[in-house]
Amino acid sequence: MIKKTSPKERRIILKHADDPSYSNKIGCYLKKDGYSMLKKAFQMKPEEIGEEVLKSGVRGRGGAGFPAGMKWKFLDRKSGKPIYLVCNADESEPGTFKDRQIMYKDPHQLIEGMMIAAYAIQAKQAFIYIRAEFFEGARILDRAIDEAKKKNFCGDKILGSDFSCDLVVHRGAGAYICGEETGLIESLEGKRPNPRIKPPYFPAVLGLYQCPTIVNNVETLCNVKHILEIGGEEFAKIGKPNNTGTRIWCVSGHVKKPGYYEFECGALTLGEMIYDVCGGLLPGRSLKAVIPGGSSSKILRADERFTGKLKDGTDFDWGIEDIPLDFDGPASAGSMSGSGGIIVMDDTVDIVEAMANINAFYAHESCGQCTPCREGSLWMKKITKRMCEGAARKEDTDLLLSVANQIEGRTICAFGEAASWPTQSFISKFRDEFEEKSNNGNKKPPLQLI
Amino acid sequence: MELSEDTLQKIEEVIPRYPEKRSAALMVIHLIQDELGCITDDTCNWIAEKLELQPINIKELITFYPMLRETAWGKKHVRVCRTLPCALRGSYGTCKVLEEKLGVKEGHVRDDGEFSIEFMECLADCGEGPVVMVGEETFENIEGKDAEKFADLLLNDNLNSSSEFVSYESALVSGSPSAKSTKKK
Repeated sequence: MIKKTSPKERRIILKHADDPSYSNKIGCYLKKDGYSMLKKAFQMKPEEIGEEVLKSGVRGRGGAGFPAGMKWKFLDRKSGKPIYLVCNADESEPGTFKDRQIMYKDPHQLIEGMMIAAYAIQAKQAFIYIRAEFFEGARILDRAIDEAKKKNFCGDKILGSDFSCDLVVHRGAGAYICGEETGLIESLEGKRPNPRIKPPYFPAVLGLYQCPTIVNNVETLCNVKHILEIGGEEFAKIGKPNNTGTRIWCVSGHVKKPGYYEFECGALTLGEMIYDVCGGLLPGRSLKAVIPGGSSSKILRADERFTGKLKDGTDFDWGIEDIPLDFDGPASAGSMSGSGGIIVMDDTVDIVEAMANINAFYAHESCGQCTPCREGSLWMKKITKRMCEGAARKEDTDLLLSVANQIEGRTICAFGEAASWPTQSFISKFRDEFEEKSNNGNKKPPLQLI
Repeated sequence: MELSEDTLQKIEEVIPRYPEKRSAALMVIHLIQDELGCITDDTCNWIAEKLELQPINIKELITFYPMLRETAWGKKHVRVCRTLPCALRGSYGTCKVLEEKLGVKEGHVRDDGEFSIEFMECLADCGEGPVVMVGEETFENIEGKDAEKFADLLLNDNLNSSSEFVSYESALVSGSPSAKSTKKK
């Protein structure tokens, strides 16, 4: 964990996290004006906070990029049932490691963001659903919640008001699907995390215990605090329209300085990220491909051109290095910014092996509820594995693609898309490599990635 | 099934945190598995009774979630990340080195019960891969020659006293998370 920063970074969420004099104790947080926004929140009406979040335009940082203020608006406040707030801290998308930094190094920022959000949506009970591999992370959060309760920032009658909200840390048990919000809710109810079908099970209406529930990502909830600090309108000026605020990008794979870097949305391009911020590729290597938003997002080939019209009507003609790092940039290039996990692959990568590695992941993580996904993910794993082992059939590339095409759109949750997009995009962009493997067998043992 | 007073007390504390008892299932399972290493059928029955559920309601969790166990791992359980970002940085080689040095195949427990290795999916620390967890501690950039050194230290029970490999977690405790690197360079 070597501290890596770039002068162009604008750290808002991670402002203090890597400061050598900072720790995850409440004393440090209070010295940095911590919990002052919670105090400010209690001077406001709950719906005013919701308005600020809506005005800020902040989009969810967990993967789908749905506007958080809009999500809150969907909350069914008339049912009379209790409202729940759940922080999605499952951080399970391969390539993503940002929420870890927040929870381990600055847990009070999350707690403050959550208590403001809980007050805004009037939730009396909140949960942090944290992946179980973060053993120490759960203990850090437990300790931080105890500290916050002692100072009356959380729990009964917060800051002497009439509002109470209890906060409980709940550990998962190693399943990727618990990052899907309805799967997470099932898991929190003590069941297998089989996602629920929407409609009718939109969490904002029928969530935890069939009550209205808001599920937000760690980074999103931290942003709530900063929105309150400067106001929704000012926050909306950070970044670009429809892409507001900062994002913590997680870069992994074949660059000299992989790591997490926080920038204003749209402040840099993918090329600047790889070559300037991350120090470029390893010596003597050239860029082959980038997966821009976690392993589910569609792969981008280093030598392709991306053309089309942006939402504002302007034409674009980008190489891979020109893609702006925000929500809309990777989406315009036919992929997505997802959870912000940028996986860089250089010319040493055997693309079919990389595919086999990803397919093994999705085969392992399918919950098994929907047949196309349960069976299809396993077939995709088997087909790509035998391609790598020199045991493929000539028709396997088409077979693989047809399996992927039969999963997409035929499952209860978006895991079906997450599992099929990699295969569809890998084949559409590197078909020659798949066919060569299928036709000639593998001439290059030992295998590196599978 | 015998549980320590401490675990029993923690179970009593955790259940009322939830609006419905069933929600406590995973947390109760974790507490018991931390002490006993696995959840047998007897334990399933005990938990089910405690939470006013049927044994199958617990069994279906144990058989679904990757981290829940019907049989125990070794005394020292080593998790190596298998997923793409770590694989690009050489985690398949790291896993092989650990298998050879510790004398156990991934997915298995060594005959004497000392070590087990799990080549598992993403551990969410992809920027510092290959990532290896020993018990509850996370070690980063464990590759090539370092993987061999790491495995030797682990084998001889000298990992904790080594200044060369400092876990992500202990780097946090010792003050600044950025002051130390997992693998001093």
